[in-house]
Amino acid sequence: MKFAIMVSEGPYTHQATDSAYQFAKAAIAKGHEVTRVFFYHDGVNNGTRLTVPPQDDRHIVNRWSEIAAQHNIDLVICIAAAQRRGLLDENEAKRQGKDADNIAPGFRISGLGQLVEAGIQSDRLVVFGD
Amino acid sequence: MSDDMDFEEGGAVKKFMFVNRKAPYGTVYALEGLEVVLISAAFDQDVSLAFVDDGVFQLVKGQKTDGIEMKNFSPTFRALEGYDIEKLYVERESMEARGLTEDDLLVDVQIMSAAEIGDMMAQQDVVISF
Repeated sequence: MKFAIMVSEGPYTHQATDSAYQFAKAAIAKGHEVTRVFFYHDGVNNGTRLTVPPQDDRHIVNRWSEIAAQHNIDLVICIAAAQRRGLLDENEAKRQGKDADNIAPGFRISGLGQLVEAGIQSDRLVVFGD
Repeated sequence: MSDDMDFEEGGAVKKFMFVNRKAPYGTVYALEGLEVVLISAAFDQDVSLAFVDDGVFQLVKGQKTDGIEMKNFSPTFRALEGYDIEKLYVERESMEARGLTEDDLLVDVQIMSAAEIGDMMAQQDVVISF
């Protein structure tokens, strides 16, 4: 089965992002495909490469980057939600005249259409939020 | 509408339901949820909106937000018709528990019981909750 996932909450504050990751891992282990993870609301904070958790804690951002690279998952951060919350890729940083960008490897910034498209193209869209 | 098939894009039209559960202000879920609804209109899907719990407050007439320095986005609900989004369902139990009647709402809606809303959800291909 083709799964798409939506993550609506930020890392470390809320378990939604951990549950989404565990779900993706379990689905892949069972032979399913996870095509896209769409990060919305505070979920966009899953994609900042400036995240530095304590060493004895899980690294939520790197974990997404790794599973995406291994299983070809499209990690999409909503542009409107990201801009409100200070997440910029290189192009957007330039366009907005900012001096830095902060998107982690494997993530890309795109529009809300990617969420609707994921709903259309996957067999199931699973929402992890509050 | 629900039986309309669109083979031009290589697939059937899917039934999308957006479930609005949160008050319009206090958190960003309602505002960002409405952004997804508007984008979904561009994809020619079968879109409906359900309002449950504090989500029913999103549709209350006469919202004035100057005092909290936030944009009053409730007029956007009146514009949904122009996007061919006309299926708005309000859960009767949530509405009544908050002392509201249909006359307090700023758009035409269909009032449904929790059980009926549940049946509608079961018929969807994609349910996204905010």
